[in-house]
Amino acid sequence: MHVARYLPVIGGALAVVLAQAVLSATDTTYYMTQLIMSAYYGLVVIGLALLMGYAGQVSLGHAGFFAIGGYTSAVLTTWNLVGCRDAPWVAACSRLGLVAERTDLYGAAILSFSPWLAAVAALVLAGLIALAIGLPILRLRGHYLAMATLGFGLIIHRVVLGTEVFGQADGISNVPPLGLAGGLEINWRAPRVENYYVAWAVVLAAMVLAINLVHSRVGRALRSIHQSEEAAHSLGIDTYRYKLATFVLSALLAAAGGVLLTHYNGSIGPSEVTVMKSVRYVAIVAVGGMANLWGALAMGILLNFLSLRGVFDPYDDVVFGGILIAVMLFLPQGLLRAPELRTLWPFSRGRSHG
Amino acid sequence: MGDCLLETRNLRRSFGGLAAVRDVSFKVERGAIKAVIGPNGAGKTTLFNLIAGTIRPHGGSVFFRGANVTGRRPHAIAALGIARTFQTTKLFPQMTVLENVMVGRHPRTRSGFIAGMLNLPRTWRENREIEARAREVLDDLGLVGLAGQTASNLPFGRQRLVEFARALATEPSLLLLDEPAAGLNIYETRELAALIEAIRDRGVTCLVVEHDMSLVMDISDEVVVLAQGEKIAEGPPRAIQRNADVIRIYLGDS
Repeated sequence: MHVARYLPVIGGALAVVLAQAVLSATDTTYYMTQLIMSAYYGLVVIGLALLMGYAGQVSLGHAGFFAIGGYTSAVLTTWNLVGCRDAPWVAACSRLGLVAERTDLYGAAILSFSPWLAAVAALVLAGLIALAIGLPILRLRGHYLAMATLGFGLIIHRVVLGTEVFGQADGISNVPPLGLAGGLEINWRAPRVENYYVAWAVVLAAMVLAINLVHSRVGRALRSIHQSEEAAHSLGIDTYRYKLATFVLSALLAAAGGVLLTHYNGSIGPSEVTVMKSVRYVAIVAVGGMANLWGALAMGILLNFLSLRGVFDPYDDVVFGGILIAVMLFLPQGLLRAPELRTLWPFSRGRSHG
Repeated sequence: MGDCLLETRNLRRSFGGLAAVRDVSFKVERGAIKAVIGPNGAGKTTLFNLIAGTIRPHGGSVFFRGANVTGRRPHAIAALGIARTFQTTKLFPQMTVLENVMVGRHPRTRSGFIAGMLNLPRTWRENREIEARAREVLDDLGLVGLAGQTASNLPFGRQRLVEFARALATEPSLLLLDEPAAGLNIYETRELAALIEAIRDRGVTCLVVEHDMSLVMDISDEVVVLAQGEKIAEGPPRAIQRNADVIRIYLGDS
């Protein structure tokens, strides 16, 4: 019974390998670029699926957390410290290995914070902001929570657009790659196939953590809050704390997606922060089936891939808005939870909360 | 009598201008079955919610095992060893019976978010113990055959029993039962009476709110009668049945 929950992970890994084999054999590896980007968006989807499907809390501000991750990383890794190289704090950071030196396209020296430091800082900041806004708003329920997170998303969007350090409407470019062991780098200029496997390893690892969580004592507690908050509370579950912790966890996953995609793309712009991006994530989780991590991830990959390929252009936002309305009206259980499909899905017998 | 497990002192709560509970004081002895009865709107459920921490009192206090627990939140009350059932059964409808009871192990177990995500051997072992203990509780109540059923598919009477099992899984020293006989037929009510006595015999003190006298009079050691938020009588069932005020309230002035 424990092995069964990991079978889809193995299936997912095989699908990743198979897709790579097919794309390489047919000389169409350019599709991998969008698959890599979809994978990083998949982290946002996994986090939001935990929050919406398990803890039962809606967030219309997840693009905000994605942006906090991406922009923090981008700002710290592109902030040129060459001018203050001799300042004691820069020297100290340098000795600790927290800054990295590189040259830009024209050969000029750039000294900035190392991408790993920036990534950690981005996650810490996203976690703290999630905690700070979660503390008051998770006392709200239903529509009020949705409205409050929507407001948060709008604020982040306007801050990004209005602040010079975030590049305003242009965003931030020339974000350096995120270096991994063995000379691998997370960046579109680095070898595509390697990047493809890195991205998918990250997503499948996040999936394993999320699956473990939903099958754990905490996962049961979250589902119980979703189904009857009063009963859960009476059984010793600190419902507020659990919702808050899930909100923070979910924000961290969104921020991780933002960090990784920003390093991959080498840039981030305000289009990542729009409210429609948040709506898109909610639509994906809803169509995947609320308490269905695999469904949400699958729909996330499919829809983001199509969107990135430009299939929905210029009606991207229309498509995602339309999906959300259609799901709410006709398939509140999500497309992949429709009874006709469930009978075809081999892992859905009994406890199918993976 | 033995020692006092629960005590309320001058407990008071109003909603708007309506005093739902007015200066209610009583004690529950350890190992007893105590009943709170009264006509509809007497404040029974409000009293219960005050003890369970669902709502805060406007005055007075609640003592559990000698400690003042007034105004503590429900999860903290549960962790102290007070479990409850609800007037309208509140199972987790999309979970299995087993999972419902496993949630009841929450206050007696500890794995958090990080342990859950990493599924460390310790976490994994704890989860197995939770499941084993939940099965034991189901077995005790003769429900183990239902373990894999989705809770919402069960008939009403069974759901109530599962709710009992879930509450017992927290290993409470005090069990609060809010109108457990509501909606049950005579046969089921008799079964329920035997079950409550069996629970008491295992050392769990029971406080039962009941609208219907018949169940209460058979099993209770002591009865508190509420009317319009006030305690109007307290004593053994036989004395209560003869109490003129109680008769007047239940049958009306003649």
